[in-house]
Amino acid sequence: MTTTLLAAPEEKERVHVPLVRPRLPRLAPAVVGGTATALALLLLVLGTGLVTAAATGALVHLLVLPLWALAVEGRRGATDRMMTGLVWATFTIAVVPLVSLLWRVVSEGAGRIDGTFLSYSFFRTQIEQPVGIYHAIIGTLLVTLGAAAISVPVGVMAAIYLVEYGKGNKLAKAITFLVDVMTGIPSIVAGLFAFALFTLIFGPAHVSGFGGSVALSLLMVPIVVRATEEMLRLVPDDLREASYALGTPKWRTIVKIVLPTALGGILTGITLATARVIGETAPLLLIAGATDRTNMNLFDGAMTTLPVLIYGQNLRGDAPAEAIAWGAAFVLIVIVMVLNLVARIVGRVLAPPTR
Amino acid sequence: MTARPAERTAPTTGRPDLPADWTSVRGGVGDRIFAGGALAAGLTILAALAGVFVFLLAKGATGFGKPSEVYGPHAESFLGYVFPLLVGTFTASAIALVIAVPLAFGIALVISHYAPRWLSAPAAFVIDLLAAVPSVVYGLWGAFFLARQLVPMHEWLHATFGGWPVLGALFGEPNTAGRSILTAGIVLAVMILPIITAITREVFSRTPRLHEEAALALGATRWEMIRMTVFPYARSGMVSAVMLGLGRALGETMAVTMVLSVGFDLSWNIIAQSSPTSIAANIALKYKERSADMLEVLVATGLVLFLLTFLVNFAARWVIGRSERRMAR
Repeated sequence: MTTTLLAAPEEKERVHVPLVRPRLPRLAPAVVGGTATALALLLLVLGTGLVTAAATGALVHLLVLPLWALAVEGRRGATDRMMTGLVWATFTIAVVPLVSLLWRVVSEGAGRIDGTFLSYSFFRTQIEQPVGIYHAIIGTLLVTLGAAAISVPVGVMAAIYLVEYGKGNKLAKAITFLVDVMTGIPSIVAGLFAFALFTLIFGPAHVSGFGGSVALSLLMVPIVVRATEEMLRLVPDDLREASYALGTPKWRTIVKIVLPTALGGILTGITLATARVIGETAPLLLIAGATDRTNMNLFDGAMTTLPVLIYGQNLRGDAPAEAIAWGAAFVLIVIVMVLNLVARIVGRVLAPPTR
Repeated sequence: MTARPAERTAPTTGRPDLPADWTSVRGGVGDRIFAGGALAAGLTILAALAGVFVFLLAKGATGFGKPSEVYGPHAESFLGYVFPLLVGTFTASAIALVIAVPLAFGIALVISHYAPRWLSAPAAFVIDLLAAVPSVVYGLWGAFFLARQLVPMHEWLHATFGGWPVLGALFGEPNTAGRSILTAGIVLAVMILPIITAITREVFSRTPRLHEEAALALGATRWEMIRMTVFPYARSGMVSAVMLGLGRALGETMAVTMVLSVGFDLSWNIIAQSSPTSIAANIALKYKERSADMLEVLVATGLVLFLLTFLVNFAARWVIGRSERRMAR
């Protein structure tokens, strides 16, 4: 039972390890970034192209900051600075096409919009009659409504099966997996499917807006199922059990308790799914065709939609056609953005109150 | 994909005369109808997926073995017809992936780790906006704007790399209108960027906080922390995101249809005056002919495309599912 005391280290052996390492000043990235931007602006003033100026500025920033860091902080710090710069650069690069595209559509398309453009179709009864995209707007709305009328019941009911009835059995697992796979079906394949289906049933010359609706619903159902499924899973089990405890049958629990609770999220999902398919071109090209007249009958005859009209004008390629294409693109983008906005608002307003 | 709550237990009664899920018994007819409807909807989805395959096969099976004159002036058999299209499809997709994947990973990192909290939600929203733009508008933008803007880049690429040993083959005689497969690939890249970003962002942000803080506590810089904790954790998610992006790129129609000037000569030159188009774009371009023989051939190529994308997506989802199970353990 001997206790040994450790000898205290002698004073002279103590090594001084600095607890902080030299760092660049906090404002270093801002300073270098500002200098690089100034340089880019200078180049721009001197008359180089926008792309060259921006690329030079970015390159200067991406080189100077790491080199400075290499001098002060060492290799690891320099790597970190460079990767930070590169990561932010990726984001900036991705914003460029979006801004360019939106700006192009607005600047080329917005001027084309007036009452005539929105209320006339391509079909002229006189030679000097103006043309517009009324027929395509009607076509887009009808075809998309048709698609929603098919997809929403099927999608929501399938999600109810997955969450409420299937509960992890083999079939539900298979459906979940295949729905995920289905989100990746190319739109043109959906169009070919509708084309094959309808021409086999109604004969080879068949074209109709409804065929387009069927094709679009093939793309829309998986999105609706995924969104609804997520929302139903978020409904707390306490609510279901409280309802069961009152003797409510399961289906009334789902209709009266579960669905209303998840309504906001489900509507958001449906709206986003609609926004996604409203811009689809390829399937409608194959089965809904194109016409100059306004066609109100979803089940018979060709029906032009906005995307198909844009594509058709692009094929023609002359200046008036290009102007119409940009105008139609503007209308289409506005519709899609409004749907996205509505989806967000609906989601906010109808979200169940959280405590 | 939010984390799913743990499997709940069905309410049980402890009475052997009632089935385990007694909540369905009380409803009587109403419940049976409702349950049947839900099941029918689920089965409809399976039937639709099977229907795609069956109907494409029914309509396109004869397209595989037509007399040689049907396949047009540039091919004699179905294989000869579909091969250049497959090359075009894969070239455009490969270009798109090469451009989009590093960008998407970077953007996902910005949203999940680099941006301050007030900025990350708007940043994610901007990328979602990219996904909301209809494909035909991308095509229009690519054909009427981007292609013209990229003409100098084509000339520069040819002038700079044209003489290099390997790269030179890729950058041969440039396209004078900018409507090369490279431009089509760039437009495709912008279109598949959001889906790759969305999935990688999801897996990046699911990295356990403790792993990250442990790395930082050991003195790692932010990039070292990301390399040591985020990337290993997210690897399978990143792989499947790339595959989903590939699936999207393979099947995307309008970008290639509207931008590319179509030719039939196979070459390595990705900025050539004309290049073979993709399967999807070829269908969109040729459907108007509406000659019965050609249509069957087109449906047959569509079947090839369907099986291709189905396999790619299947593999991607399988990888995701496997990694989710691994993380759940």
